[in-house]
Amino acid sequence: MINIEKLHFSYLTGDFHLYISKLNVEKGEKVAVIGPSGSGKTTLLNLIAGIIPVKNGNIRVGETRIESLNDAQRRDFRIQNIGFVFQDFELLDYLNVIDNILHPFRITRALTLDKDVRGRAAALADKMGIGDKLKRQTNDLSHGEKQRNAICRALLSHPKLILADEATGNLDPENKDRILDLLFQAVDEHEATLLAVTHDHELLKNFDRIIDFRNFQSKEAV
Amino acid sequence: MIDSIYIAWQYIRFNKIKTATLIACITLISFLPLSLQLLLGESERQLMSRAVSTPLVIGDKGSSLDLVMNSLYFSDEVPELIGMEASERVMESGLALSIPVYARFHTRGNPIVGTTLDYFDFRRLKVAEGRNLAVLGDCLLGARVAENLGLKPGDSLLSSPETLFDLAGVYPLKMKVVGVLQKSHTSDDLAVFVDIKTTWVIQGLGHGHQDVTNLSDPTLILKRSESNVAATAKLYHHTEITKKNIDSFHFHGNTSVYPITAVIAVPYDDKSGTILRGRYLSRNETLQIIKPEEVIDGLLQNIFRIKNVLDAVISVVALATVLAIILVFALSLRLRQREIQTIFKLGCSRLTIARLVSAEIFIIVLTSGLLCGVMILVVNQISNGLVRMLFIR
Repeated sequence: MINIEKLHFSYLTGDFHLYISKLNVEKGEKVAVIGPSGSGKTTLLNLIAGIIPVKNGNIRVGETRIESLNDAQRRDFRIQNIGFVFQDFELLDYLNVIDNILHPFRITRALTLDKDVRGRAAALADKMGIGDKLKRQTNDLSHGEKQRNAICRALLSHPKLILADEATGNLDPENKDRILDLLFQAVDEHEATLLAVTHDHELLKNFDRIIDFRNFQSKEAV
Repeated sequence: MIDSIYIAWQYIRFNKIKTATLIACITLISFLPLSLQLLLGESERQLMSRAVSTPLVIGDKGSSLDLVMNSLYFSDEVPELIGMEASERVMESGLALSIPVYARFHTRGNPIVGTTLDYFDFRRLKVAEGRNLAVLGDCLLGARVAENLGLKPGDSLLSSPETLFDLAGVYPLKMKVVGVLQKSHTSDDLAVFVDIKTTWVIQGLGHGHQDVTNLSDPTLILKRSESNVAATAKLYHHTEITKKNIDSFHFHGNTSVYPITAVIAVPYDDKSGTILRGRYLSRNETLQIIKPEEVIDGLLQNIFRIKNVLDAVISVVALATVLAIILVFALSLRLRQREIQTIFKLGCSRLTIARLVSAEIFIIVLTSGLLCGVMILVVNQISNGLVRMLFIR
């Protein structure tokens, strides 16, 4: 699903440097990415998603070569193929639960918002246990409910790849397990691939594989 | 599908106070100059059209503006009074039609205008309901007065005393409404017309009372001689003119010196007008003759001079408001950086983000525009009365 080769990346300022000679993630895998702060975990997710353009090296997601896409193509690719789950949920407080789930469909021409999508959004929310809160403002939700709302938003377009950046970082232990279970279920149901950045070592046992950025030497990475 | 308007609307709904403040600022700053323009336009229309249609006005040598405002628009500012002989002088000159005007008294907040039947012909006023003035005590209502007071022919109307605490002063006269004039959209709509002699009765210069020659009560007689009977203050004075008592009404002294506020002179031709004006140029002349158009033109020039100053002030305030609004949006965008970053990460283009912000601005400006439009419509509806209140009364 994800193939990375000879990836070099550094920001214009600062001495941060990321180098990955080879990294593969298979379709349907649930992979955890761990490592100290500043080691480049989030940068890697941003490069894979095409948020940051790739300057040196190759990243292939499915059949798409990310480095060959221009800005607009990367955006379309991202919104059609990638579901993002953030640590701080990143929900829009002025939209209610259902509007947050539908939001990606309202900000691009690459997705079409129709009756079917609305039905799927409601069903997804129902499955995530927030089906009775669709008209609530997100400020009225608990942390767990907010993250479930964010997962619904990430999954609605049936993305092939889900990138989770500290998705359970702001949750209490009980909610962490629940959210992770829900995320795993959703990934299985949608036959997606999960790449999740986490600091929580207790959760690692749930993943198929771990990429450790500390040494940048996960078993598969060279 | 990009649903910018929907998302912008949700944002605006969520931030009600910020939105309401912005809308209020934009609405007020657009409404002020527009309403001012509207009111000045209306005042110019009202003042000028009437002034142009009134050729000459004769009155005391005081403020020409007070004289015009009172004789044309029946303003509360009463000029120094002149005698009825001023009207007779114009008539005797054979140069113009003379219409005396006595606009001093009020009834329920509306001016009572004493004049002659020529006034209605001159102003082309038609009676819509009832009949024209015929006898002492009759009154003819302007269309708006009839509407506002809910009066119709057959009803009655009391004149208001000039001073409430003057016990020796004039008692209110109960006038009979005999007709209602057609709407003319001028000051005539807001006036109550009576015969000039009726205004003298209101003033107490003419009156009706018990027949003193047949009084049996000795307390009513102060002094009796063969040719004269002097009555005491106990004598009953009529406060309403009816068929029964109309014959008892009479005027003491020479009515030529009875007061009026102005004479409207309608010259038969240009030459007559010029000659008539010339007759009032003497240094010893106690009266002045004025062309209302010139007086109102001067007034409007002053008003427009003030308006120019106001326009400049409003422009500066508008500029400051626009800059403040730009600052509000700029700060708002900075505060929303994280939100913008999120939707960018989700796959939104910068152009779409700009469209979302533009949609918010569009909704705010559109709402302000609609609100301003409604307020302007309201001002337009009441501009007639508002102009009277601001510029005439």
